[in-house]
This record gives sequence, C-alpha cells and structure tokens, in this order.
Amino acid sequence: MTDLSAGTPGVDQIKADYSEMTRRKRVYGGILLIVFVALMAAGFRTADDRNAGSFVDGWHRIFDYPTEVLSEAWEKIGALPENLVTFFPALVETLNIAAASTLIGTIAGTFLALMSTRGMAMWPALIPLFRRIADICRAIPEIVIALVLIFVLGGGPVPAMIAIAIHTAGALGKLFSEVNENASLKPVEGLHSVGANWSQRMYLGVIPQVGPNYVSYALLRFEINIRASAILGFVGAGGLGYELRNSMSWGQGRYDQAAAIFLLLFVTIVVVDQLSGLLRDRLTHGFEKGARA
Amino acid sequence: MSTFATDLSIDELKAEADRLFSRKRLVNFGMPALMLAYLAYVFFAFDVAGLAGRANWENGKTLVADSYSYKTHVARDNRNGEVSVSIEGERKGTYPDGQAPDWVALGATTVIDLEDGHVVRFGPETVEYDIPGYGTVRATPTRSAGVQPELPAGEVPDWINVSKNRMAITTDAGRLTVTRNRSEVFRYFTGWELFWFTLDSPYYGKSPSQLAGLAASGEAGSILNDFWTNKMWRHQDVAWAIFETILMAFLGTLGAGMIALSMAFLATRNFNPLKSVRFLTRRVFDFVRGVDALIWTVVLARAFGPGPLTGALAILVTDTGTFGKIFSEALENVDQKQIEGVQSTGANAPQRYRFGMIPQVTPVLLSQLLYFLESNTRSATVIGAITGGGIGLLLTQAIITQKDWEEVAYYIILIILMVMLMDWFSGWLRRRLIQGETSPKRKRAKVAQAV
Repeated sequence: MTDLSAGTPGVDQIKADYSEMTRRKRVYGGILLIVFVALMAAGFRTADDRNAGSFVDGWHRIFDYPTEVLSEAWEKIGALPENLVTFFPALVETLNIAAASTLIGTIAGTFLALMSTRGMAMWPALIPLFRRIADICRAIPEIVIALVLIFVLGGGPVPAMIAIAIHTAGALGKLFSEVNENASLKPVEGLHSVGANWSQRMYLGVIPQVGPNYVSYALLRFEINIRASAILGFVGAGGLGYELRNSMSWGQGRYDQAAAIFLLLFVTIVVVDQLSGLLRDRLTHGFEKGARA
Repeated sequence: MSTFATDLSIDELKAEADRLFSRKRLVNFGMPALMLAYLAYVFFAFDVAGLAGRANWENGKTLVADSYSYKTHVARDNRNGEVSVSIEGERKGTYPDGQAPDWVALGATTVIDLEDGHVVRFGPETVEYDIPGYGTVRATPTRSAGVQPELPAGEVPDWINVSKNRMAITTDAGRLTVTRNRSEVFRYFTGWELFWFTLDSPYYGKSPSQLAGLAASGEAGSILNDFWTNKMWRHQDVAWAIFETILMAFLGTLGAGMIALSMAFLATRNFNPLKSVRFLTRRVFDFVRGVDALIWTVVLARAFGPGPLTGALAILVTDTGTFGKIFSEALENVDQKQIEGVQSTGANAPQRYRFGMIPQVTPVLLSQLLYFLESNTRSATVIGAITGGGIGLLLTQAIITQKDWEEVAYYIILIILMVMLMDWFSGWLRRRLIQGETSPKRKRAKVAQAV
C-alpha cells in the first residue's frame, strides 16, 4: 500500500507529461495540416491563374468533348469495325515499340544492375560510375530523347523505341540492383571456386535466383511502356498516338476514328494490365512457395 | 517433388537428371533464340535498315555542335553597305550600332579576323577572303550580275560552293556566304554566349570579380535584375516553367492521393459490406487508370485550355485510379489484431480506426505517394509538352525552332537535375517520415550479418 501511495504522484506526473505530449503532437499535426491545405489551395490557384482557361469556366465543359466524339462515333457506329481494322497495324506498332524497348531495356538494365552490385560487379571500382549512369538514364523523361532523335532520324517508331529503352534500362537497373542485393552470393563463390568466368557466374549463379523478380518487374515496366509509347506517338513517333493526333487535328468529321483509337488503346491497356497482373502474381507467389519448400 | 522419392534406382535417377538437363538446355537456348527472333522481327517491322537512308546526319552534327558552341554573324547588307554583328543572328543578340567584338574592325572596309591567317574584308564593293594555303577569293555582288566570284586558278575545292547567285566557303575558321543581297561571315566559339547578361546590359563582359565589386557597391539588385530578365536565355521564364512542372506533379499526386484515399474505403471488403458499391468503385478505378494520361490530357485540354492546371488534373485523374487500387489493397491487408487490441481497451469506431488502422497503412500510403511524386515530375514534363505548360513546353518550342540547340541542351540538363532533385527529396522525406523503412545500406548490412 505504501508503495502504491508513494507511486501516485508519479502516475499523475506521467499522465500530465503524456497529455502534454499528445497535445503538442496534436498542435504540430494541426499546423502541418493547415500548411498542407494552404499549399494545395495556393498551388491550385497558381495553376489556375497560369492556365489558359480557368477551372470555374471549364469544369462543366469536361464532358463536352467526349460527348461530341461519342455522339459522332455513335452516328457512324457502322464504320467502327472498319476503323478498328484500319488502326490495328498502328496498335501493333505501339505494342512493338513497348515490347522491343522493354526487352532491350531489360537486357541493358540487367547489365547495369550486375555492374553496380557489390560482389557481382565485373569491375568493382566502377560501381559508382554504373550507378550514376543508371540514375541519369532513369531521370531523363522519354520525350526528351524522343524529340531530339526525331529531329535526327525522322519520325517513326525507332526514336520512341530508343527513348523508352534508355529510360527503362535506368529504371530497371535500379530495381534489379535492389533485387541483387538480397540475392545470396554463395552460388557465385561456388562457381568462382570451380573456375567459372564472370558471365558464367552471373548466368548460372545469380540469374536463376533473381529471374522471377526480374521478369515480374519487366512485366510491370511493359505496362508502363505501352502508355509511354502511346504518348510518344502523339509527338510524332508513330503508332496509335500519332494516328490519334492526326484524327484529332482533323476535328469534327473524323471523330469516329478518334473513338476507335480511344477504344483500342483502352482495351489494350486494360487487357495487358490484367494479364501481366495475373502473371506477376503467379511468378511472385510461385517464387515464394519455392523459397519456402 | 519426384527427386525426393527414395525408392528410385540409379538409372532412373540418371534418366530423370538427363530429362531435367535437356529441358534446361532447351530453355537456355530457346529463350535467347526467341528474343533474338523477336528483335529481328522488330528490326524489319521498324525498317531499321531504311532508317540509315532517311536519317539526316547533318542535322545530328549541327545539333551536337550547336549545343556546346555558338556562332557570331557578321552580315553586310549589299544594297546599302550596312554591317551588323549579332550573336546567333538573333535580333536580341545584336551589337549596338558602331560596336563590335575586337576581332571585327568596322570602317569603310570592315576587316574580320578569323584567326590563323584567315581574314575576310567587306570592302565598299568587293568581298575578299584570304585563305592561307589557297589564296584570296573575291566576289563583287551586284543586283544585276550576281555575285561575280573570282577564285585563284586551278580546280575549285569541294569546300567552296559557287553558282551565279551564291558563293559559300566553309573552312575550319568559319564560313562565308555571299548572295546578291547579303554577305555573311560566321565565326564559331565554344560556350553559351550571353548566358549571364545580354549585350544591352552594362554588366556584359565583366569578370566575376568585377561583378562582385559592383554588387558590393550597391548594384546587386540591378545585376540580378539584368540576369533575371536576360532576353536570350529567359531565366525568369525557365524558373517559372520548372516551378509549374513541379507544381503539376505536386498537385496531381497529392490531390489524387486525397481523392483515392476517401474512395478506397468504398472498395474494400472490411470497410464496405455492399458488394455492388465495392464492385462499382473498383471498376471506376480501373476505368480512369485504363483511359491513360494521354487521353485525359487531350480531353481536359479541350475543357481548360493549355496550362499547368490541365496537366495537374490529368495526373490527378489517372493517378486516382492507380492510388485507389494500391490503397484499397493496403486497406484490405490491414492486420485485424491491432484493431481488436484497440477495441479491447474500449475504443469506439473512430478511435479504432485512428489508433488501430491508420498507423498500419500510413507508411504504405506515404511511401507510394512519394514514389509517385518523383515519377510524376517526369510525367509532368511529358504532359507539359503535349498540353503546353511547364518546362516540357519550353523544350518542345526550342526543338521546333531547330536552331536553339544550346537552349535545348540547357533545358535537358535542367530537367535531369530537376528529376534527380525530386528523386533525392522524396527519398529523403520517405526516410524521415517512415522510420521503420530500412535504407539500402542497412538492408545490405543485415544481409551481411545473416551470411
């Protein structure tokens, strides 16, 4: 009893301290929230001021353009199958740009990742260099390289492919090197001890460990790259985006074509998203099961 | 797995191993072969072989040379004999009347020293060019008789291009073009001229120490002003454009995060028992994500016109779908035990969510938001190029002119720096806000310990 009564002021003290701390936390949280809301509001106002049309004038017109396009497309619904067939080659081109750039980017990214992981690099002294190369490749937006290359190489799918591949190599290089860091180095050492050279060590010792994760990341990148290749088409790099810009700049009268392109793009993105989601799920879960067994 | 069966004879095991090996061999050779086959198909589908013919390597050369050098034009109007000197031939970079760099001597006969013995003279009537090792080339342009070139005897070398109305000489020292109406000399220099101050500024050509002295004596404001309002490099506009791009990414990401968070509750099993609403919300997320930023940009640009607001809204709409998906998955994976624990202390529903759930999901949400903030900085550059806002617009404008490659190089460097800065910033913030997240270094240390 005496112990407890002696402890009572201590409890009061603790309670006071605790409520003081929560109050301070709440004040900080409130201030942060106010600053955040003010920043958002000020940001939207600034963006609104610098925009050609303001939000208040424009928000009720958001659906004007889709309605216009859809109503015209609806009138010419008979032409839809024909339009879908017409633009199918453009879709194939967009998919090819995405696939080829993902493939090239994955190969380059694997190389960059192996070169910038301790214990796996061929030249350990150059690890920081390869890291910086990956950082720079990752930081360049695709459109920058695409626009410059379009000037030199002319419009078409190749500039887009190179541009997306460079960015993909950087992005995957970083993700892959994170995967590599968690890989065991024992197989590499074992292979080293039997006289395997660098490429054999990597191909037989590292890739089987990290393969499923690599493929999973590459699939995710493929989804992203389809969107990117559609956008680059819009600035003149071929594929669906290019056709979309053409049919849009024509304006009314060709909206049935624009609608067909919208439809193709939408369906492709959704289908690829679902498929790669399914595949990735299986890859990572299969991988976990294998690791547990 | 069959390998673990113990009642197999050695032969059977060997056959098993052989099968395994042959399958592996097939995969090992098949996969690269498949990749090669696909790349070969793409090679022909994209007509890479024909690309070499279509490519304009001259453009490439100008691009590279122009991005790190500039040229000064000395031009003589052959109709009235006026000589003007300008940088990159732009009006904004023209020297005031009667002024010229020290390698140009203005007068009745303007003497232009291209160094290494190359000298061009704009006389009252005749243009002369002394080329060491070749001789003097003369041309007398008149309106009626063309340029009337006089070359040294012998064969005309391929770096001289002569016709009745035009003479062009390209040497290592520079370039001379003479037409009926205009004689022009280009001299090339390395660097980005007029980057700090334009010619009409009193601070042009001052050394950094001189400028520091002037700044100390109270001219700092006007020095900054002259730099800020530089008409060639437009530092003010560039700064605004970068700000706009970051603003687009910031508003788009955080706005999407707020909307998606409130909608994500509707799409999760543990917070929304209504299956139809759940299904509907998920399809809304799938729809806005599937429509893609490109189409949203196009649609929104019609409603709001070009500018940063359109870009911000396009990012906001697309990312609402992505965040909605990620957030609702995070909310579904919340550990119920912590919520039950909080409930056992007598907490009511809001308290249960506040203390049982929010601490669990905050790290996931924050780290996703910050990842996207960085990647959206890049998207904002791209969207800006399409819808017309931010640094993306400046970049496309500079590329369209096809001559301001030094500005293109400058913008590209700025964009890379901007994205890297945002990358670093979001990583730093993530580490500060989410103390539980291990940095790569710590992760590696852990692995080392485990080994």
